[in-house]
Amino acid sequence: MAALYEGYTLCGLVPAQNLSHSGIQGIEQERDSDHVVVTDSTRSVTLYKVSDQKPLGSWTVKQGQSLVCSAVFNSQTKEYVAVSDNRVIRIWKEEDILLDKAFKATVSSDVWRVHCVHGGEPVVLFQRGAVRLLDSLLSAPQQPIEEILVQEEAIRWSTNIVAETQQFVIFTTEQKGDHFLYLQRLNPNTLQRYRLEREEPGLGPLSFSASYRDKHIHLLYLYPNGHVYQSVVSVRGLGTEEGTQALPLPRSLLLSLPVGEGLLEAASAMVLDEAHVAVVGVPHPSAGAGKDFLCIWNTNFQTLQAGKEMAGKIYGQLWCYSNKLFIPHGKTLSVIPFVCPKSSLASALGKLKQAKTEEKAQPSRTVETRKTVCWLTTAPVEDVEKEVEGLLSRSDIQDLQPSVGQLVSVLVSRSLTDPAFYTPSTLAQLVHTQCLCHSVCPDLVLLALEKKDYFLCQLCLQFFPDIPEAVTCACLKAFIRNEVLQTAYSDNFLLPHLKDLSSQHVVLFLQYLQFLYLKYSQDAFPQMHGLRSPSLTQIMDWVCLVLDAHFTVLVMTPEAKGLLLNLHSFVKSQVRLVSELGKIEGSLQELNKMKVNKDVGQYSIEIIELF
Amino acid sequence: MGEFKVHRVRFFDYMPSAIRAMAFNRQSERLAVARADGAVEIFNFSDNYFQEKVIPGQDSRAVEALCWVDQRLFSGGLNGEITEYDLENLKPRYTVAAYGGPIWTISSNNQGTMLALGCEDGTVKMFEVLAEKVQFQRNFDRQKGRIISLSWHPSGTLIAAGMMDMIRVFDAETGHATHRLLVERGVGASKSREVVVWSVAFLSDHTIISGDSAGKVQIWDGVTGTLLRTHLVTKWDVLALSVSQDQSSLVAGTSEGTVIQFQLISSTVGQQDKEWVRTRTFKNHSHDVRALAHTETAVVSGGMDTQLVVRPLLDKVEKNTQESSLRKIVFPHRSLVCCAKKAGLLLFQFPEHLELWRLGESEGHGKPGDSLTVKTKPEKLIQLKRKGEDHICCSALSPCGGWMAYSTVSSVRLYRLQYNNNNIGITKVSRLPKDLCSVHQLCFSSDSSKLFASSSHSSVIVVALNQQECTYLHTLKPKSSSRQPVHLLFASEDGKWLATANTDCEIHIYNLDKLKLHCTVPVYSSYPTAIAIHPLTSNLVVVHADQQIFEYSLEKKEYTEWSRKLQKLGLHSLWLERDTPVTHITFNSRNPAHIILHDMFMFCIIDQSLPLPEAKTLLYNQMTLRSVPEPERIRHSHAFKICKNFQVWSSH
Repeated sequence: MAALYEGYTLCGLVPAQNLSHSGIQGIEQERDSDHVVVTDSTRSVTLYKVSDQKPLGSWTVKQGQSLVCSAVFNSQTKEYVAVSDNRVIRIWKEEDILLDKAFKATVSSDVWRVHCVHGGEPVVLFQRGAVRLLDSLLSAPQQPIEEILVQEEAIRWSTNIVAETQQFVIFTTEQKGDHFLYLQRLNPNTLQRYRLEREEPGLGPLSFSASYRDKHIHLLYLYPNGHVYQSVVSVRGLGTEEGTQALPLPRSLLLSLPVGEGLLEAASAMVLDEAHVAVVGVPHPSAGAGKDFLCIWNTNFQTLQAGKEMAGKIYGQLWCYSNKLFIPHGKTLSVIPFVCPKSSLASALGKLKQAKTEEKAQPSRTVETRKTVCWLTTAPVEDVEKEVEGLLSRSDIQDLQPSVGQLVSVLVSRSLTDPAFYTPSTLAQLVHTQCLCHSVCPDLVLLALEKKDYFLCQLCLQFFPDIPEAVTCACLKAFIRNEVLQTAYSDNFLLPHLKDLSSQHVVLFLQYLQFLYLKYSQDAFPQMHGLRSPSLTQIMDWVCLVLDAHFTVLVMTPEAKGLLLNLHSFVKSQVRLVSELGKIEGSLQELNKMKVNKDVGQYSIEIIELF
Repeated sequence: MGEFKVHRVRFFDYMPSAIRAMAFNRQSERLAVARADGAVEIFNFSDNYFQEKVIPGQDSRAVEALCWVDQRLFSGGLNGEITEYDLENLKPRYTVAAYGGPIWTISSNNQGTMLALGCEDGTVKMFEVLAEKVQFQRNFDRQKGRIISLSWHPSGTLIAAGMMDMIRVFDAETGHATHRLLVERGVGASKSREVVVWSVAFLSDHTIISGDSAGKVQIWDGVTGTLLRTHLVTKWDVLALSVSQDQSSLVAGTSEGTVIQFQLISSTVGQQDKEWVRTRTFKNHSHDVRALAHTETAVVSGGMDTQLVVRPLLDKVEKNTQESSLRKIVFPHRSLVCCAKKAGLLLFQFPEHLELWRLGESEGHGKPGDSLTVKTKPEKLIQLKRKGEDHICCSALSPCGGWMAYSTVSSVRLYRLQYNNNNIGITKVSRLPKDLCSVHQLCFSSDSSKLFASSSHSSVIVVALNQQECTYLHTLKPKSSSRQPVHLLFASEDGKWLATANTDCEIHIYNLDKLKLHCTVPVYSSYPTAIAIHPLTSNLVVVHADQQIFEYSLEKKEYTEWSRKLQKLGLHSLWLERDTPVTHITFNSRNPAHIILHDMFMFCIIDQSLPLPEAKTLLYNQMTLRSVPEPERIRHSHAFKICKNFQVWSSH
């Protein structure tokens, strides 16, 4: 079943004042799947290393100039290409610091966009529909550019696709409410024009997404009424009837998304694979009318696979590069890793175990993992450890996410069934990758507790964002650590579980908390304790919670009496200190006022009275 | 009692000059202080630290060192000259060039026969002190670096000289150097900089104490020339040293503004061996302490922050007495502001120039505590720069605002001022009587027809003024043989009387109709700090440095009944404890029973019709009176109505 993982922020945004626009013009893949180039809507291009959430370089055109389209990376020459002020093509390398000093060439017609597929050659699409390969354009920048589009026809969207060896530029246009699709093949050049079927009057497509598979180009488009259509065009047999004649483009309704009240405004749909579509700006069917969701739908079974509410406004923009969705929302650009396992009814309905799923995007690794998984169920402990270590050291961790999930699940289930089998160091290593969460391997924490592997428990508590309160409490029962106190919890859920603690446990726990508190309040620099120490407020909150849960019991327990009295006097002294500080603050404020009144100028005439 | 309209004037931006050098005369208990602008001031420590004399500065005279020889005061400065001061006529008596470049230090032997000078050219120059002058005797062996500091051994046979990186000991007879004490430089970056020995002290037991620019106070054995002890007291410079007369206590002033005391005590109880132990640190200055004097009971310090601080040593004085309280002398003990009442004009006196301002006017009425709307802003009418090198020593503005005069030690200048609407005409009166050349105090008669100028031997020159010219009328001379200068002049409003007070504490009253001495007020032991004659009763009111108040009837030539009553009862202790002198007295034209006077921090209206405050009475009772209902006020009232809302330079 497809899943969206915990996202992270790539960078902040400066959206338009009325939030009509995210401030991002485009995101393009750079040298590999971990590097992207982000072009903002005005002047700058920034290179990010995604896994590090870190900018590596940034280039800006001069004040007054503006970038027309998203900058692209030509991986053959390791150069960036951008277009400023409609006609100026700029080319630079990563080591160039000043964009202004880099190469530029002015062309004779306004450019719409530059496209470049990974490993391919950059292509320039002009506003009036003409297409040139960048190299041939730069050999004579002022060459005449023909007009393909008729009057009042304008490009709405464009992309670039490589089908087998053929490079295609695909773009859509609008002319007086009619929408057209153009398929431009390069070398040899052919152009085919299709007319899109009309939807309800006045409704134009909100977004397009194109993909190539099985010798066909698949075009997916979303209308404001929530309809997602797919049109399929064969790449064979193109070019036979080149000309202005627009062929009708057949379509099929793929999805009918819930739109809530009114029409969709800022939304888009994007093809992830043959069965999955990512959609933003469309309401979640079970979460009311709010539109700020990112969802993955299965088109085969028309089921919602995964959904995530995005904080802040959604701008209807979405990009996808190798299992990561890039989505601007509110004032941030988030990266959300996802998986779309091969769909089957079972998985679509959530019945299939994770362990059996396969991963498509990375065939070699998946195959390898699959092999390992089979082998893991039988191999001896030492070999397992060696093998997993090898696997983990192989490449960067982001790609590992699905594999890690699988590995852990297998190991946990084997450990549960076979009491002799337990690989603490391997599990710890896997948890350390930070690719896991509790929901991926729900049995892991309990297994660790059962094996009394407190180190592993601690790691889980530290790294898992989604540990249920019941499990937290179970950990608490087993041992009392810093990490427990730092785990996120909700009072309401925790209280009933806390009640399960025995009175001895509670007293011990309270003593420990008191010790921590005293230690902290005596120390002038609590920050020195390092990141893994709980804060003073966290300790206090826990004291309150434990007291809330067990107050009656504690009052009746003779051993607890001294402890409670201590806590009481301590709290009393703190309250007194705070009230004294308040008084001092008051007096100091008065002093401030008095000073203001005393300020007299160079000269005044005053009335005084003597008695 | 009534409401008063107070003009709070804060645009007199007088800035005292930094203190450069100090010399204390133990015999007469006078402290001489030299300021950066070349002015020399004499403070009388036996009379409430009153600033009894001021010798104005001169542009070319930068005093670097001061030295008393008996009752004679000498200075040396960076202009390379020795100056002896005429303390009776408040000006330099003569100057002698030392021909050794800038003079850094000057020191006399205990016998008072010789002056030793430390010069820029590396020589110690000996001058013989003669009755009327000083005469060059000889040079000591010339050294490589400048001589910064000097100290005579009490026997008068040896002199220690502080220089760059070293101290030299000279034989005063032969002029040869006998010892060379190397002073260590500072650590770190200052290692490369020469260390300056800013101050040395040569004690009877041949101990030499030095203070230097590396922050050290060092104790040396002057016989063997060895270093005994180093006290690092500051990161910066030790600029000044002073030793008590019994040589058991020593103070060091630093550029951090601290003064550090060392005492010669035995480090362990009962042992005979004594050593110099750092005992106390005083922090009364914000900037460098440039000059120090160790008196019998106190440490006196001064420096860049311009304040003179008298810090009593609590083991030497009785606790909780006036002597035990810290005293800061910030501003001059005389008025630098002159007011032309009728014209609403103020004259401000600076060393370099005079400023004439017209007061603003207010609009409407207000209740006590209010500030009125200022309808017309105060206006600077004239800024008059003095002529010549000498600084202004006194100035006056006539009550009508039509005449303005100032004097330096060398000349008097008189100006006629004319006001036509918004134009001010200023004309210098060109020909002044030749007697009018060096005066100490100036004063106009109330009808602006006469100018009085105090001159030598306590005499007063009377000059008549009309339109453009002025003519000499008379010289008023006291019967006494006092040679001291007159520092206070007061002409009565009816034009009949002129009162003078001199630094011998004499007060003379002249009858201006007859142009002769009317009477002399019985001499009181403390300086008169302010005098005034009542316009209706012709009673003279005098306030002294010890805060005593007297009222003397000119008609009957005796103290008035009120004055006797006041003396009999005694002034309130809190009144006597004030530490700034009353510098001005005036009267309330609406109520003849009112005497208005002020010091630096308060002004007071004395209502002679009310009972005098007794010892147990609350002296500062204005707040109490304000809070009680009106009928009860009379029960709590007494004669002294004191208002401390303002810092006061002048009141009229």
